[in-house]
Amino acid sequence: MLNIFLERLRQKKRTVPYPKALPQLPPRFRGRPLINARRCDGAQGTNCRDCADACPAGAIAFDDRSPVLDTGLCTFCGACATACKRQALFFTTDWRLASSSRDALLVRPGNTKELFAPKGAGFAAVSLPGPEPLGSLDLKAVTPPPIRPFAGGGAFRRSFRLRQVSAAGCGACEADLNVLSTVVFDLARFGIDFVASPRHADALVITGPAPRNMKQALLICDEATPKPRAVIAVGACAISGGLFHEKSGATDGQEADGASALLPVDLYIPGCPPHPYTNLDGLLRFLGLSVQRPSE
Amino acid sequence: MGENMTTLETQTSAAGNTLFVRNGQAAAMASVPVLSFGMFAHSLQTALRDGARLSALFALAGRPETKDEAPCRLVAVLALDAAGLVQILAADVENAYPSLTPRIPQAHLFEREIHERCGIVPEGHPWLKPVRFSRLAGPDVGHADFYRIDGDEVHEVAVGPIHAGIIECGHFRFQCLGELVMHLEISLGYHHRGLEAHLVGGPDKRSLPLLETLSGDAGIAHAWAWCSVIEALSGREASPRGQLLRSLALELERLANHTGDMGALSGDIGFLPTHAYCGRLRGDWLNMTAMLCGNRFGRSFLRLGGVTFDPDRALSDQLKKRLHATARDVRGALRALWDSPSVMARFTGIGKISAEDAAALGLVGPAARACGLERDARSSHPLDGLPAPPELVSAPWGDVLARARVREREIQTSIAYCHRLLEDFIGTDREDGADDHPQALSAPGQMADPAPVLTPDSIAVSLVEAWRGEVCHVAVTGTNGRLRAVSLVDPSFHNWAGLAMALRNGQISDFPLCNKSFNLSYCGHDQ
Ligand code: SF4
Ligand code: SF4
Repeated sequence: MLNIFLERLRQKKRTVPYPKALPQLPPRFRGRPLINARRCDGAQGTNCRDCADACPAGAIAFDDRSPVLDTGLCTFCGACATACKRQALFFTTDWRLASSSRDALLVRPGNTKELFAPKGAGFAAVSLPGPEPLGSLDLKAVTPPPIRPFAGGGAFRRSFRLRQVSAAGCGACEADLNVLSTVVFDLARFGIDFVASPRHADALVITGPAPRNMKQALLICDEATPKPRAVIAVGACAISGGLFHEKSGATDGQEADGASALLPVDLYIPGCPPHPYTNLDGLLRFLGLSVQRPSE
Repeated sequence: MGENMTTLETQTSAAGNTLFVRNGQAAAMASVPVLSFGMFAHSLQTALRDGARLSALFALAGRPETKDEAPCRLVAVLALDAAGLVQILAADVENAYPSLTPRIPQAHLFEREIHERCGIVPEGHPWLKPVRFSRLAGPDVGHADFYRIDGDEVHEVAVGPIHAGIIECGHFRFQCLGELVMHLEISLGYHHRGLEAHLVGGPDKRSLPLLETLSGDAGIAHAWAWCSVIEALSGREASPRGQLLRSLALELERLANHTGDMGALSGDIGFLPTHAYCGRLRGDWLNMTAMLCGNRFGRSFLRLGGVTFDPDRALSDQLKKRLHATARDVRGALRALWDSPSVMARFTGIGKISAEDAAALGLVGPAARACGLERDARSSHPLDGLPAPPELVSAPWGDVLARARVREREIQTSIAYCHRLLEDFIGTDREDGADDHPQALSAPGQMADPAPVLTPDSIAVSLVEAWRGEVCHVAVTGTNGRLRAVSLVDPSFHNWAGLAMALRNGQISDFPLCNKSFNLSYCGHDQ
């Protein structure tokens, strides 16, 4: 018995101070991709398609010769940044990817220079290409994709119950949602909890591409959830079908375009799987809980 | 391309030609002996009696244009653990054949799979139900003819497809007499995404990313198994340093999942300290994988030929430090668990499987080792260039206690192995002191062609010991050098039957605990 207490002391307090303090993400973590318009050949009217050719998920389309990267399809594999010879397309460690707007998940070439912070002052770094990072980003200059708070942000702010449905997720999205309930993230301190019954839920959190064999169960679960309820699509699969989306050439009677094809989605959280901080950021902003910025 | 194609041994015996290959090697399809069905069944039975395991059994649809091929060719892959060899044999069948399952129970699910995919009937199969409900024309998922026990006192409990927690979907049907479970039937297929069908005709840029999602918590194992078969078929050798790094990632994956499951087991019996610590520590292992490659699940770390990132000395040092700190905390968390007599009492005798049943069902991984079966692809089918594998851990009791014990001991051996990998291999520089290792496929930009040309009409097999047990991938190429058929066997495919067996004559309230002690993959089974 004494050992148990001693061990408790040794294991210390481990809950992260997010959102008060910034998360420590590994330097190779691939969060938000950016495209530097000045460097991008495609954007300058040549016919470069290297990034799109490398993409396994069909996440990069060309809109009038300029690439548009859909983070709702993207698996964050980094193949596009690797293929881009001009380092125009690169990944940053910015974990804030969630949005309530499907359109806001699209990344287009832009002026990326003004996003960079003076040396040492940045909050997120370039993770790919490496090993020489292009620099770090300035938090104030980079606005995360917008989120319209659920029900105006008020009603659910102090108690938000989630029912998770794995619509044929691979287990990784599920694992990184599960981790939010551990002592590290301690989701309950924000009044957010995962519950067993859809009857007790304010939101459905869906993972997986929702292929044929999961459609009925998912829809029955949605019916059992009292309205109004929010639908949160977590991961490339749930947002769009991800690797199983028809654009990626994955059909055979198992067409799977994610939860969005079946239900109206209120919050999209990109990633494959989304990092726990990406999930947490999305959920907090969705509830209108102010996320403090470190510089404020 | 030549070297990889060597057939190690081709013997002639009473049973005809026999083909043996090693893990991660290719052979010409023409060298696979095609036996009469009777001889095929007999050879399988003999080999299994002598200790072999059925690692894969699949059907190759015949090519009508070549007259010498029957409508369907059954291909069996046997793992001969004692010899470190893989045996491949085949038999041509028409639209039906006498089922192997009555004589070879571990063929039960393979035969159902073949039936579901190709419509070939294994006549006399005692349990010929859909596996994944993958046929468009077949019954809807979950509409199975469930086994039922009649009687006034008997009741049926249906659980799923959607379960209470954050977990994948599947259906369980219990036949109970009060608390007593007389029978548990597991009906899956909800996670079927048609993976194998997507891979045929490849490989292409989507193949490996898809494989990484076959079973998301065992992505490294599947990616490695896939890289192995494609490397063998394309005659490309993986870089030695790449193999070391793959091995490190595989052990980190094992550590994360074993640690997480020890926490889940503690949670299920209400022993909350270890539950809380392990919940965090699981993440610490995942974060080490993210330090290596940026993704907690090792996504896009493995690529054909090696890996995408090569840790420099500074990163290796950081990893070593993390390994030390995490190892200490994991040991402490587990000690608290093992020191509690009430925990031991709760684990003991629950969900028992006999060694005979485990062997007959062909269980793999910790579930098999917890029944005293010494099966571990790391020691029996090692790959060249890797340090000696960690010591094989087993326990004889076959219950939840044994499965927990094996996991816990494997956490220890795996930590020691990671330590060796980092200390003696990955973290040491080359002699000239240069920091980079040109022999490792490291820098992004050196990524290998994801769609290499493969040797036509060949077969390759790879075995990787994932944390749940053996992952077996078999790939067969056609005349055009593209993939003609693949068979991807997740350890869960073997082990779900073990869970059903563990519940027999147990208490239904013990189901969550038993289930956690296996923690099988739904999507690995459903693909
Ligand atoms: S999936 Fe995403 S990261 Fe990978 S190549 Fe496509 S756009 Fe780039
Ligand atoms: S988005 Fe990626 S991690 Fe999530 S379920 Fe799909 S394949 Fe798995």
